[in-house]
Amino acid sequence: MQRLEEIWITVSVGILIVFMIIVGYQTFALGMGPPSHKEVIDPQKVDTTAPFNNPGIKEIGDNEFEVVMTLQAFGFTPNSIELPVGAEVHFTMTSKDVTHGFQIPGTNINAMVMPGHIQKISHTFTKPGEYLVICNEYCGIGHQAMSTTITVK
Amino acid sequence: MEQTLRETIRNNPKKILGVNPNDAKVSLSYLTVAFVSLLIGGILGMLQGLERAGLIQLPSWLNYYQVLTAHGLLLLVVFTATFTIGYQYANLSHSFGGLLSKVRKLAWIGFALMLIGVVMVTVMIVLNEASVLYTFYPPLAAHPIFYIGLVFVVLGIWACCFGVFINYRYWRKNHPGQTTPILAFFAMGVFILWFFASIGVTIEVFTLIPWSMGLVETTNVMVGRTLFWWFGHTLVNIWYLVATSAWYVIVPKIIGGRHFSEKLIRLVIILLVILNIPGGFHHQIVDPGISQSVKFLHVFMSLSIAVPSLMTAFAMFFVLERTGRKLGGKGLLGWLKKLPWGDVRFLAPMIAMISFIPGGAGGIVNTSNQLNQVIHNTMWVVGHFHITVGVSVVLTFFGICYWLIPYLSKRQLTPKMNKIGVIQTYVWTVGMALMAGSMHIVGLLGDPRRTSDTTYGGHEIAVSWIPYEMVFAIGATLLLIGVIIQVYAVFNMMFFAPKGHTEFPVAEPEDDATPAPLWTERWGLWIVLLIAVISMAYVVPIVDMILNAPPGSPPIRTW
Repeated sequence: MQRLEEIWITVSVGILIVFMIIVGYQTFALGMGPPSHKEVIDPQKVDTTAPFNNPGIKEIGDNEFEVVMTLQAFGFTPNSIELPVGAEVHFTMTSKDVTHGFQIPGTNINAMVMPGHIQKISHTFTKPGEYLVICNEYCGIGHQAMSTTITVK
Repeated sequence: MEQTLRETIRNNPKKILGVNPNDAKVSLSYLTVAFVSLLIGGILGMLQGLERAGLIQLPSWLNYYQVLTAHGLLLLVVFTATFTIGYQYANLSHSFGGLLSKVRKLAWIGFALMLIGVVMVTVMIVLNEASVLYTFYPPLAAHPIFYIGLVFVVLGIWACCFGVFINYRYWRKNHPGQTTPILAFFAMGVFILWFFASIGVTIEVFTLIPWSMGLVETTNVMVGRTLFWWFGHTLVNIWYLVATSAWYVIVPKIIGGRHFSEKLIRLVIILLVILNIPGGFHHQIVDPGISQSVKFLHVFMSLSIAVPSLMTAFAMFFVLERTGRKLGGKGLLGWLKKLPWGDVRFLAPMIAMISFIPGGAGGIVNTSNQLNQVIHNTMWVVGHFHITVGVSVVLTFFGICYWLIPYLSKRQLTPKMNKIGVIQTYVWTVGMALMAGSMHIVGLLGDPRRTSDTTYGGHEIAVSWIPYEMVFAIGATLLLIGVIIQVYAVFNMMFFAPKGHTEFPVAEPEDDATPAPLWTERWGLWIVLLIAVISMAYVVPIVDMILNAPPGSPPIRTW
């Protein structure tokens, strides 16, 4: 019994360690870590604080864009974004009221956007289409209506 | 024989005479509240399933988010807490041969406090003053009475914690050099974890009360969220520890076997108590304001909880196989056939244990940085906790009912009731398999959780989710049928089943087993280690969140 159990525990802990190494390698070597931006903002003065005083899309390089976005109950500013195929996009976001989520189904974009904190996440849109953007954290009675689209063509 | 019987009467009269009626009353009262909450919570759950599938539209005076808040709090807090206390106090009373009268008094005080708290919270939810969901993330601000009600619930749980600590200490003092009965050791683990888990959320709630009253202007939303998950995820592992007490100690007796090495069982309990609390951080993997290196540390800390779970998996299948072979099972899997599949007291916890295999694997996905980003706040997570809590924990609780309730009410489990229990177990299993299975798949396709309607103007990706949402509705309906059968069974066994004697099934150790080592009783040391692990996990991020805090958020009502 004890021998078998030792093998079981050794193998399973070994699997967990291998798993940790893969997750760590992806996070720190390949830059695939989760969105974790650490910059703060006064949640009651978002409209007067740069860059959120001027939300929108800026081309910052060759087919590379920055989208400065504010989230509030129950919408995204700017909304109905249009981008060219292959665009590398850096989203810079904050919330003007409660905690929201920023998710684009079909991609790995999934981040919490909280009042007082600036969140950043990047993605390259390689396929054309109309992407659905949704808030995936309950934010009030109209939460289910909080969505927009990104059209890539 | 004569000799041993007399000895038993002298040393442990409750074994012969049944449970102390005063202690039984405590447990039965808690269990009554538990199953009334289950019934209400279950009805609310089905309403959500139907609305989500677009089959019904809830009226404006009882909207989806009110229903969701009540479903979460009634089932995740009220049902599990009252069941746990009812069951663990019965275990304690049985192990110690009766509770101390002051401990019984504490349990009644706890009962009253919890009831007051639950009423306050429920009224606020019904009045639509607290549609903030189970997590009540600030700056969503509920009515102050909602938070005050939560304080009462926590105080009630603490009263029960102190009751367990007092009785445990008393027994140890009167039995020097002995280890406590294993079920009492489990109870100690459960209530210590509960006490330390609730400290985080209590601090959060105490900061939210003056803020929601307008006495304080702003609050730190990040710290609030972190303190919530300190509690929120540990709670999950409290349920799990309660369920494993039945897996390790009750199930082997029901199948006619012996329990696993007590030293190992105790080691598993100690590890679960020490390692648990930092697991909550994996709910914040895609949050801003926490660095990737801190998040990686928490991936490690969450995964470490898998180690005692893997030890449990080994132990349980070891006991099942050994017992099956002893009963004449041959070949590689012949022992499986020898297990009492027609006995609900075995069937329900067995399915619970099996579902912990996909449940645990899903949990490893949830805790891993990149994979979490794929499934965070999608229906996947809802599917995950419906197979872990909804099956691994709840089916174990249901299985416990079929011996615990007749034992407490001095009645019998009739063959007919056993059959009802078996049917209930299958209805539940099929319902959960359909609902949680489709939730997992559609979560991977991006369907968000906690959203009343996910049609998004008919966008094609949202349309692709609809067939799965129909399956939620079917599953949720089956589950409500399961709830109704279970509630019927519980109250039938409590008040109407034929009078008689029911055994309290506690497994014995193997004949050649070595006794449990006394060092496992060093709870002071385990608590120091628990606090050390909490400090490792929380001091750096929380200090960072406070020192580098943004200006706070005012209370906001968006419903």
